[in-house]
Amino acid sequence: MTSVHERHESVPSPPPGLSRPKGLGLLGWLRWSWRQLTSMRTALLLLMLLAVLAVPGSYFPQRRVDQSVVVRYIQDNPRSAPWLDRLYLFDVYNSPWFSAVYLLLFISLVGCVLPRTRVHLANLRQPPPRTPARLAHLPEHRAIEVHASPQDVLDAARAVLGERRYRAASFTDRRSVSLAGQKGDLRESGNLLFHLALVGVVVAVGVGGLWGYRAQVVTTVGEGYVNSTASYDTWDPGTLVDPDALPPFSFVLDQMSVVFEDDPANAQYGTPRDFRAEVTVIDAPGGQPRTEAIRVNEPLRAGGASVYLAGNGYAPVISVRDGNGTLVYDQPTVFFVRDDMYTSTGVVKVPDAATGQVGLQGLFLPTANVDPVQGPISTYPDLGQPELYLTAFTGDLGLDRGAPQNAYELDTSRMRQLNGSDGTPLRIRLALGETVQLPEGLGTVTFDSVDRFAGFTVRHDPARGAALAFSLLAITGLTVSLFVPRRRVWVRASAAAPGAPATAVRAGQVAAEPRERTLLEVGALARSEDHGLGGEADAVFAAVLARLFPPAQASDPNEQDEQDEPGEQNEPSTSSTQSGSDQIPPSGRTLTGRTLTGHALTSPDPMNPRSRSRHEHR
Amino acid sequence: MSIDESLASASNALVYSAMAVYAMALGASAVDLAALGDRVTVRMRKKQQSKAQHPTPRHSAPQHAAAVSALRAGGRSVGVGGAVSTLSSGAAGDPATLVRTSASPQAAPLAEDGAPRKVARIAVALTVLALLLHVAGVLTRGLSARRVPWGNMYEFSVTGTAVVVLVYLAVLVRRDVRWLSTFVLAPVLLSLGLAVAVLYTDSAPLVPALQSYWLIIHVSIAFKSSALFVLAFSTTVLQLVQERREAKRAAGQVLGAGRFMEALPSAADLEKLSYRLIAISFPLWAFTLVAGAIWAEVAWGRYWNWDPKEVWTFIIWVVYAAYLHARATGGWNGRRAAYLSIAGFVCLMVNYGVVNIFFPGNHSYAGIG
Repeated sequence: MTSVHERHESVPSPPPGLSRPKGLGLLGWLRWSWRQLTSMRTALLLLMLLAVLAVPGSYFPQRRVDQSVVVRYIQDNPRSAPWLDRLYLFDVYNSPWFSAVYLLLFISLVGCVLPRTRVHLANLRQPPPRTPARLAHLPEHRAIEVHASPQDVLDAARAVLGERRYRAASFTDRRSVSLAGQKGDLRESGNLLFHLALVGVVVAVGVGGLWGYRAQVVTTVGEGYVNSTASYDTWDPGTLVDPDALPPFSFVLDQMSVVFEDDPANAQYGTPRDFRAEVTVIDAPGGQPRTEAIRVNEPLRAGGASVYLAGNGYAPVISVRDGNGTLVYDQPTVFFVRDDMYTSTGVVKVPDAATGQVGLQGLFLPTANVDPVQGPISTYPDLGQPELYLTAFTGDLGLDRGAPQNAYELDTSRMRQLNGSDGTPLRIRLALGETVQLPEGLGTVTFDSVDRFAGFTVRHDPARGAALAFSLLAITGLTVSLFVPRRRVWVRASAAAPGAPATAVRAGQVAAEPRERTLLEVGALARSEDHGLGGEADAVFAAVLARLFPPAQASDPNEQDEQDEPGEQNEPSTSSTQSGSDQIPPSGRTLTGRTLTGHALTSPDPMNPRSRSRHEHR
Repeated sequence: MSIDESLASASNALVYSAMAVYAMALGASAVDLAALGDRVTVRMRKKQQSKAQHPTPRHSAPQHAAAVSALRAGGRSVGVGGAVSTLSSGAAGDPATLVRTSASPQAAPLAEDGAPRKVARIAVALTVLALLLHVAGVLTRGLSARRVPWGNMYEFSVTGTAVVVLVYLAVLVRRDVRWLSTFVLAPVLLSLGLAVAVLYTDSAPLVPALQSYWLIIHVSIAFKSSALFVLAFSTTVLQLVQERREAKRAAGQVLGAGRFMEALPSAADLEKLSYRLIAISFPLWAFTLVAGAIWAEVAWGRYWNWDPKEVWTFIIWVVYAAYLHARATGGWNGRRAAYLSIAGFVCLMVNYGVVNIFFPGNHSYAGIG
């Protein structure tokens, strides 16, 4: 990420506001706007804007999360809600303003990343840049004089850079031979991969929205289900879904088992512990049935779609006889759960009663208790004392007019509430197995037994796998782009200036045959956030020296002291270093490393006057 | 499905004792930091006095000593920043000049004047002891219900703080960041206090929505990532304070309270440390996001549904992405990037504290109904 927008530095783009295109015409303006849009600063602002605009969606209820909560919110806040709705605050993530920001962000991203990819691919084929004239000006610089020919030094350097996976190129100039190495192009590759993969994720999400569908279905135990739009209770397809081409699987809900915390002493009394729907699945008509269990975190995968256990509850079996004693209604009736203790609400519509249509609505309580304040509520979600509390209506249910109607709501606009013998609205309270007589000769209602139902969500998203693959690619790219260092290293071998004092100082020693003296320099430059550059320069430097002078003689000086005790060749230098360092006081003579190095390289005599004086001390 | 009550109560006792030991470690850290600050101040005063007498020495004696030790340790090829040393070039036996220039600073110098920091050692020892108790508390909590110990807010807090301390100690193994311990232990102790006082819940089995191995993957990565963000927040705040002090000093103003800040690394070093912590944490957070999406797909049939928790996790990711981009943008690095890092931490806290409790959504762990 650090290197994400390096490109913007290389593209000479004027800072916004400073230079405005004057008299450039339409094309100039377009180019200027494009440059602004794809600039790092704009991307940064868009990113922050995206974060800020995402916030209201977590505060206000969202239609795409739960429609019913939004409806309730609008009812509770009749004054502010229409305004909030006009500002798309119940549809934040589909709103024009949110979409605008993320679309601009992705245009900016693509406009940034594509040209960079081109540059990067071109760079990969190019040799590393020529060795700078003054390596000492680089952030990391090492130099030493060695007895070896420049060519030997260069060969050693080539081997070392190869070992360390640098792309290398050699250069020759008047005074020196040098090798340029570049490493960590992978960082930029990772960076580009990350950003392109993000585009992939967004595309995959879009594809999933267009070709995917989501549906919900409520099934009572023993009931079957066939995957077609006719069987769904709600159906929410993408724009390009063909509803006739759904995978033709089907299943039967054999059993719905639930477990709740049943220890009244536990603070979590009544908390669900396990939900499990046993189903028999047939993948295609005529196929072999198989039994499966669907649990909350274990969906059923069938025919490219997934079936999730989204909810469960009770379906009391209620039977109604009309005034003539004819059985006109007898079925498990789904009551939807309203609270953690499974206080449930539902309706019964009896259109076929000869003595007049009947509508019932009310509560089902698995463990009924009458609270003095709240009235009848359930105090435990499992079946302890199941009871029905209903009110009754008669009149026109509105089912014959052909208009689609919510099966789980009673439209009482053309109905009249039934009253009891005392003239107040009739309240029916039914325990299991009980029957009650409706007034006005409308018949009887019986609470026969209790079944369970399961709510399933059926979901198909063709781009799910792609979204995952792009996400993982993005994380891989991100990690590479953050942790692979991008570096350049140069190794230069130049002839040491003649008459260097080093040999003179050592005149007293056994003079080996005069050999070529070469100044070996290593320079390193970080092209990204790089905390290990100094270590890398040291390592390259050490490795080149180790190659030039094989390790047998170049091990730890302390060890050496022990090994060739009589041979004083190494010892003086070590001790001189130590004494030198200890003795030289931090006086005004000390120079900064940078000037010192610059001095060593630029003066005709590469040896520093101070180091010479130290040699002469000996 | 039953709960081992004796283990559950043992867990509570362990967490309480860990808090007591953390408190002691915090005290020791604070004492150490104060002493360190005093020592640095005294040394700086001395330095200023000697500066008045002599021209400025650019290299202090310890650096030369370091040069020698580095030379000894690394053989003949190593020098040290700005120092010049002679050494044998091997085969020929002739000495040559080794020049080493380095722009990258050595490890933060801090107040390491060689004097032992006994109190700091005690603080680290106490922190390790407290962490052992703490981890034992987390383990017994998990064992009491035979599941991972992060099924509710209390358990998130207790496990999360253990991870923060663990990450701090892991960083400590690599570099001496004992100066940071006060700023790690204080928030840890605070969160633990909140956890036991406000969020405490009896040990219990998981609700069905959480019964998934994704709970282990998703949440444990989120812990690690959050712990790094917490540490980065501490270093960022210190960075901003240090920056103010440095600016004041440069302007020749008198520095007020907060002498302990002298013992801390420079603002630039703190900034680098914050960046590195966030750079490690950011991909982990991305992984948290993706693992959460995978789990959401398995549990709810939608890998992304703009649930409040998802939204805030996304916001945190975007804010830290902005931070990383800001550092690469001219005019936005340093202080302004630091504000973004702080904003990211605030979002993290909102996601943790506010969203779980006040914004109803699929992450409210009320089970399904």
